[in-house]
Amino acid sequence: LNEDVVSEGTATTMFPDTMRRVRHGARLCGLFALGDGSASGATRLVAVVSDDGTLWSEEAALARGQRRFASLAAEVPAAAWYERRIHDLFGLRPVGHPQLDPLVLPLRRGVHAPLGPDGHAEQPLDPDPTPLRAHVHGEGVFTIPYGPVRSGVFETVEYLVETAGEDIPHLRARIYYKHRGVEAAFEGRTVADGVLLAERVEGVASVAHALAFCGAVEVLGGIDVPAGAQLARVVHAELERIANHLDTVVRHTEAAGQAVAYAAFSHHKERVQRLRGRLCGNRFGRGVVVPGGVARPLRLAPSEVLSALGKLQHDVEDDFRRLMGTPSFLDRLRRTGILSNDDARRFAALGPVGRASGAHEDVRRSRPYGAYERLGNPVGTPESDGDALARQRVRIEEIEGSFHLVRQAADMLDELGEPARWRSPVPPLTGEAIGWAEAPQGEVLSLVRLEEGRLAQVAQRSASFHNLAAYPAAFGKDILTDVAFIEASFGLSIAGAAG
Amino acid sequence: MAWVPRGLRDGIVTTSYPRRPDGYGPGFVGSVAVSQVPGDPPDALADAVTACPTAAIVVSGNVVQLDRGRCILCGRCSELAPGTFRPDPGFETATVGRRPLVVPARAGEEPDDATLAAARAALGRRVRALRRSVHVRHVDAGSDGSDEWEVSALTNPVYDVQRLGVFFTASPKHADLLLVTGVGSIGMTGPLEQVYDVMPHPKVVVGAGVEAVTGGMIGRRYASSGGVTGVIPVDVFVPGSPPSPFGLLYGILLAIGVLAGPVVIGAEANDARTAR
Repeated sequence: LNEDVVSEGTATTMFPDTMRRVRHGARLCGLFALGDGSASGATRLVAVVSDDGTLWSEEAALARGQRRFASLAAEVPAAAWYERRIHDLFGLRPVGHPQLDPLVLPLRRGVHAPLGPDGHAEQPLDPDPTPLRAHVHGEGVFTIPYGPVRSGVFETVEYLVETAGEDIPHLRARIYYKHRGVEAAFEGRTVADGVLLAERVEGVASVAHALAFCGAVEVLGGIDVPAGAQLARVVHAELERIANHLDTVVRHTEAAGQAVAYAAFSHHKERVQRLRGRLCGNRFGRGVVVPGGVARPLRLAPSEVLSALGKLQHDVEDDFRRLMGTPSFLDRLRRTGILSNDDARRFAALGPVGRASGAHEDVRRSRPYGAYERLGNPVGTPESDGDALARQRVRIEEIEGSFHLVRQAADMLDELGEPARWRSPVPPLTGEAIGWAEAPQGEVLSLVRLEEGRLAQVAQRSASFHNLAAYPAAFGKDILTDVAFIEASFGLSIAGAAG
Repeated sequence: MAWVPRGLRDGIVTTSYPRRPDGYGPGFVGSVAVSQVPGDPPDALADAVTACPTAAIVVSGNVVQLDRGRCILCGRCSELAPGTFRPDPGFETATVGRRPLVVPARAGEEPDDATLAAARAALGRRVRALRRSVHVRHVDAGSDGSDEWEVSALTNPVYDVQRLGVFFTASPKHADLLLVTGVGSIGMTGPLEQVYDVMPHPKVVVGAGVEAVTGGMIGRRYASSGGVTGVIPVDVFVPGSPPSPFGLLYGILLAIGVLAGPVVIGAEANDARTAR
């Protein structure tokens, strides 16, 4: 079929409602290519928008043989990475895209998209290791590749820094090294197996991904999650947030050469991981959140949780006071890696990154799920400086908030006593739904399509994918030695971004 | 100067492992133990096989085997067939070679003492020069990100690998031990081979996590090699999804011959390139 048979129209004709909402300040959450079960490959594009505490999705059907669609990215920068991903994986071309470089699959020409309209020919990739063409030109400008094998224990990623020596006028991230093909791995699995895979999309945010995935299944089936299970989920999810936020502090102190602070905070993080292990048998909270509830109750009595928490919180907050009073540390973060409020809005930045730059949405409050509806959710101080220090302050406040939430949940579990059940049964379902959760990195979305209890397609969108598109915008006034701080302060997981 | 007294306040938080056992081990499910004789009715066993999300359990006749190179410790089998599968505490689960990850060994396939001794001696000869100062290069070949947390935990004051003469190094050219995590994503096979090739001899490779052994939940797909064993030769395998810091520590010490574990090096396991 000739791919020009069908005109792609414009973004406004394709997604009238989405474009209208985004023009009025709504946040684009993502753009996805989905099949409908009747044919192989993608048959629809789905745009998801968050507007005033409600999630809206709008579909644009693709005509048979249509391989092109009108790009939204020229007007909505937040769509740019979604369109590059759709182009790589599904072979659909966004016409008018400002910069259609390969993202998750830098294939040599001629190899077709693995999830594309020609069906799922899962042929092995043939990566092209030559760097992307330079974007900055001028005398003495050269490109420094950081990665893919980094100096230290980091996730694999390559940052191409185009520089004339010290300043960083331009930075690009290449994430394809880590692309594992997670979306394809969901297909055909049961929902029970699907949640185990969702936990491994972004391993450091296993609980949040499991919650988003299960949320979609529960919405689809109209399943009530028992009150006790909802509270247990909050305990696991908030401890995950504390561990992740402490991890960014550990990386900051390591980059700043603050040896004692590094030892102190990495010890605190280990204590949190061990507490999580004691609560559920896994240091990452895996295997606990299941569709319909939790697999098992907390292994510690609420009173034991509270006493473990008290000492931990005291020690963590004591060290935060010390760290935030250490000028040689603060100097490295202040005015470093500024993501302007304007850029945060354009890229619809999520999580602590967005909240440090004036984009204050936290889906635990704006679209509360599970027990968050009943818990007093502390509102953080609005930050708008947008630098690494602001992101650090946001996370410190969130850690305090998370301790507060875990304590509330443990108290309520104590009052509840032993509930009749910890999970509701999940019948074999057919249909499509969207679930969400606020991961430590920001909002996780899960688009789940089920056919008679089996997963037909799952798009598990991490906040890391969404925020990594905004990451280059935080460079500009910085120099090479700031890179470590900017990276740590974004707190992104490359696994979650590369999929 | 607030940090100076702070540094002294907590005293020593570092484990004595491996000199003395660590109390954390028994509180932690590190593997699934399988009875030699199945203690469940056939339909319960069949349920366990079906429920396993990574097809780690194989039942043939009266013999049940579990591949720890696939097991992600989800715990379903021990719930469905508790007479056969049991969550086992402890973290000393790493093995030299791929075959010992399949437990229990079939009757007649248990390695005899002479094989064990010979294999132990062979690895010992290879790594003798490394024992007191080992430089580790970690490479992420498509992990889910949790493995890196556990690897970097080794430098926190609780595990503090430097006290054992183990150091992380930035350059592969300075590295003795290659610690690989992840499914062997296709994008990383080239860089991983390069890192392995430029490492000086003698070198030893630790594959950490079931993802590095078989691909785990991802398995083998268009973008995943289903483990790194087809990319570079792996000497020591550390099960777990992800492996715990103690599990990694045990695997590293096993690889450099500090600990004498259940050492079995089959020729086929040691040369992974030909094994595939």
